[in-house]
Amino acid sequence: MFDFSIVSKWFHDLLTDFIPEWLVIGIECVIVLLFIIVLYAILAIALIYLERKICAFFQCRIGPNRVGKWGLLQVFADVFKMLSKEIIKMRQSDRMLHDMAPFFILTASFLTFSCIPWNKGLEILDFNVGIFFFIAVSGIGVIGILLAGWASHSKYPMIGAMRSGAQLISYELSIGMTMLTMLLLCGTMQLSEIVQQQADYGWNIVRGHVPAVLAFIIYLIAGNAECNRGPFDLPEAESELTAGYHTEYSGMGFGFFYLAEYLNLFICAAMAATIFLGGWAPLYFPGLDGFNTIMSYIPGFVWFFGKAFFVVFLLMWIRWTYPRLRIDQLLSLEWKYLMPISMFNIILMAIVVCFGLTL
Amino acid sequence: MAQTIIFLILAAIILGCGIMAVTTKRIMRAATYLMFVLFGTAGLYFLMGYTFLGSVQVMVYAGGVVVLYIFALMLTGRQDKKNPTVSLAKKFAALVASLCGAGLFLFAIITHQFAENILTPPSEQTTPVSLLGEQLLSSDKFGYLLPFEIVSILLLACIVGSLIIARKH
Repeated sequence: MFDFSIVSKWFHDLLTDFIPEWLVIGIECVIVLLFIIVLYAILAIALIYLERKICAFFQCRIGPNRVGKWGLLQVFADVFKMLSKEIIKMRQSDRMLHDMAPFFILTASFLTFSCIPWNKGLEILDFNVGIFFFIAVSGIGVIGILLAGWASHSKYPMIGAMRSGAQLISYELSIGMTMLTMLLLCGTMQLSEIVQQQADYGWNIVRGHVPAVLAFIIYLIAGNAECNRGPFDLPEAESELTAGYHTEYSGMGFGFFYLAEYLNLFICAAMAATIFLGGWAPLYFPGLDGFNTIMSYIPGFVWFFGKAFFVVFLLMWIRWTYPRLRIDQLLSLEWKYLMPISMFNIILMAIVVCFGLTL
Repeated sequence: MAQTIIFLILAAIILGCGIMAVTTKRIMRAATYLMFVLFGTAGLYFLMGYTFLGSVQVMVYAGGVVVLYIFALMLTGRQDKKNPTVSLAKKFAALVASLCGAGLFLFAIITHQFAENILTPPSEQTTPVSLLGEQLLSSDKFGYLLPFEIVSILLLACIVGSLIIARKH
């Protein structure tokens, strides 16, 4: 397995020969930041195109096919349209908070994005409480949505923001509980170590069998709700609230919400791939040595993106299959079904780990 | 060097946003500035290597308390309502009170003998999470089981109290 930390260490040593270390760290921070932003933009474009094609596939349509070959340039055309739009100013709204709200959501999205381990030795934020930090910073997004709804000074965004706040706070519990369940199995919160364990001893979803599969299903449901995507997209239900909390935004203000929604989908999928499906760890079968050597020649980030996009496909499949829930159904699903099941699941996982029943 | 630069940036953010939070006329903006202050504090913890404490700060204060504030403000307040103007006597009293508070704090900080020579500078390696967990749930000499349980009783009392207040007779 290729270890990327060799490359980054070589680069660091090369720079420290010429310039003082604090400046080297500054330069590396800028490079990493550029890497994050570029990857973010590329992934957003890829995901929007994928969503349109998969949505069309589920609705027996063709999807975008006019701009460029197979409609590949459609997303670029949309981005330029959005960039050239006027940003409207409303009377009686709190301009400062209104302009600031999308950046809260982007900040939360960027911070969670940089927790993801892409390859062996290729992590941006990797310290001893990785998963806890991930859950903590994902909470900043709620503030952005609430402020957007408040500062717009309009009924629909306000209702959308209230719904969204209730939904995000409730489903965060299930996400935390499923992650706790998997932490019991791993015994560490550092994301790179979790993936390394899975490369050595097998994927968590196999190792933890029944409770892990249960946790995976709950994570997918709660993750879909955390991303504000259908069947849980009532904060922006078009038929009732025009566009929910971002009704009063135009141009790139709206663009940022749109961007963050798709990237949150990817982050949710990437976390599922990291915690349950082994991250960059290749597929091994015990005993089949020839097969295992071939698999280990495939680089880690290919495995990672393969698994992440597989989960993205699962989430889109759910989105375009089920109808939207009502707000009381949504909350009772979380508090009366998912929460008790995940609490029971933690106990089950504790028993499994305690008696050494893991595979 | 790098640490000092980051510390100065964080200190400037905390002080600037703290002043903005108390001087702004709109209550929602005050809540937002307060959140920046709390983020700055979390940044200080991360700078010292207390990653767990920093994450807790972000989760509890930024993710929990400020969201609760904003929720409460959204449910009760009107947007165009600004803070009422206060009388001169009240302003004077507030000035005296805050100066006394600042004086007390400065006195305590300047005269206190900090034991920074004895303590080792914290780093990621010195406080593993497993140690924190064991300390929190142990009943030994330096265990924190009793304070932990007392805090949970306090929270329970808060919940029961708020239920009694909210119940309609």
